[in-house]
Amino acid sequence: MNQKVTRQLYMLPYTLWMIFFVIAPIVLVVYYSFLDINGDFSLANYEKFFTPKYLKMALSSFWYSFLITLFSLLIAYPTALLLTRTKHKQLWLLLIIVPSWINLLLKAYAFIGIFGTYGITNRFLEAIGIGTQQILFTDFSFIFVAVYIFIPFMILPIFNSLNQLNPALIDAANDLGASKWTTFRRVIFPLTMEGVKSGCQVVFIPALSLFMLTRLIAGNRVITLGTAIEQHFLVTQDWGMGSTIAVFLILIMFLFMALTGKRKRGV
Amino acid sequence: MKQLVRLFLAIVIVSALLLWGISSLNASQGYSGDNTLTVYNWGDYIDPELISQFEEETGISVIYETFDSNEAMMTKIQQGGTSYDVAVPSEYTIDKMREEGLLIPLDHNQIPNLKNIDSRFMDLPFDPGNQYSVPYFWGTVGIVYNPSMIDNRKLTSWNDLWNPAFENEILLIDGAREVMGMGLNSLGYSLNDTNVDHLRAAKEKLDELTPNVKAIVGDEIKMLMANEEAAIGLVWSGDASDIMYENENLDYVVPSEGSNLWFDSMVIPKTAKNVEGAHKFINFMLDPEVSAQNTEWVSYSTPNKAALQLMPEDMTSDERFYPSEELTKKLEVYENLGQSNLAFYNELFLEFKMHRK
Repeated sequence: MNQKVTRQLYMLPYTLWMIFFVIAPIVLVVYYSFLDINGDFSLANYEKFFTPKYLKMALSSFWYSFLITLFSLLIAYPTALLLTRTKHKQLWLLLIIVPSWINLLLKAYAFIGIFGTYGITNRFLEAIGIGTQQILFTDFSFIFVAVYIFIPFMILPIFNSLNQLNPALIDAANDLGASKWTTFRRVIFPLTMEGVKSGCQVVFIPALSLFMLTRLIAGNRVITLGTAIEQHFLVTQDWGMGSTIAVFLILIMFLFMALTGKRKRGV
Repeated sequence: MKQLVRLFLAIVIVSALLLWGISSLNASQGYSGDNTLTVYNWGDYIDPELISQFEEETGISVIYETFDSNEAMMTKIQQGGTSYDVAVPSEYTIDKMREEGLLIPLDHNQIPNLKNIDSRFMDLPFDPGNQYSVPYFWGTVGIVYNPSMIDNRKLTSWNDLWNPAFENEILLIDGAREVMGMGLNSLGYSLNDTNVDHLRAAKEKLDELTPNVKAIVGDEIKMLMANEEAAIGLVWSGDASDIMYENENLDYVVPSEGSNLWFDSMVIPKTAKNVEGAHKFINFMLDPEVSAQNTEWVSYSTPNKAALQLMPEDMTSDERFYPSEELTKKLEVYENLGQSNLAFYNELFLEFKMHRK
């Protein structure tokens, strides 16, 4: 009995934390989503969300997040694989993670310089005879910078699951006559699926609500749900509509988590 | 574990030392005395010499703090943590602060220098009778452009921007009122129009501009324009003067169809502890010589008529920053349109942003 009380006492800080910083904000967001711009209770915001404008915005957010996740994965997986085969893998891993310590805004500003009309990239293109291209404020630059920012978060979980992979399994596959490609396809990749899944979650979900980059790098030519939320909260001060979009973002995230989440073994 | 505890203790000790250091520094600069005045202003918006001059003349020591957006300033004043005595919000924020009771009425008897202000800039809709505010600087919204990048063409009106020759050459500031205002003005409507058809028409007109628009950006516009990233930019005149200071090739024009007229005005917020000192400061800033010196330093447009006479001719006759009487009549101050109209402006602006080439 006494032990139970102590245990509950230890749980208290975590319970309070969850209530105040996880459950309460979500409840508030849901509550605000039912208030129209005059603060009256209504479903107007939800009706508005299902107009072509917001649906289009949701779709394009989805599309860009998908592309960002895909390219991150395409770059991160081979990198992680190479990393596990190098001699000083912890050092290399550290070097890859270091850029993620730098503030996002700072990196975005750096890219404005790099991609600008008179930036390094264009000077290089000029030198090799291609000539100056419009790079900044395009879909390409947006996805490139977003992938650059998210890559460490994709590499880490994949690296971890590759690192935990028992090398004996690969040897066994070789002994049984599997080619390198078959080994990868049938042994390595399925066994590191968990890492890939958590990497995709860590990238896809924040990518859905990116908003600073849409202005700094894409020059507001890419409008995501995150941009719309920012505008509704800060400029229009239409907290209701902002919250409604946030509710849908939360729903999409839950859906994505459910789709990529861990399934029980043996099912 | 022991190491962790030691590290934690070290952090606590260093923080305590820093805190003590700050408070003793503040004390040594006389910040803890009673006779202080806290001024809350935009960054780089006053000649620092004038603060020392004010301190010498009145014996009041000034604490000078800066903000970078009206919203941030208003939030801090609402919270009331610091006793700001003078603040410099823009006109639409003055309207809001007045409605929320965040301002203390001015005693005009304590500000004799108020007579120096041009009557054109007094008694405006955001503060009838200047009960709460005195204009500090004013300006317009217009086009900053780089003639050498557009074959030395001259821009004079909003409608010039729709020229197909300027494909992918225009940067817009990320403001719903500014961009929608450009659309409305180009069609000959008022900046404060709330007619739904007019607003829709303005948005459709803006959609046609999309092929020319390179990006819609925030404060970066200053850096991008100065770096010749684009030939044309929609900016506030204040930013334009900053940009032209960085890059002399650029020029600024207030479009002939009319545009916005904005103000940054001095007010005394509710948080003020030294109301008398605040009046003294406002009066001091309105002194012709002080105002002239300040204007030359900041290089925005001053509403102070008496100061204009003391300033160099080439500055005051610059029609880009002191537009002619005729053009000034076409300039409009943003009115507070109310929440739902503002929301509609923003909806349309969002639709414009989503419109693809």
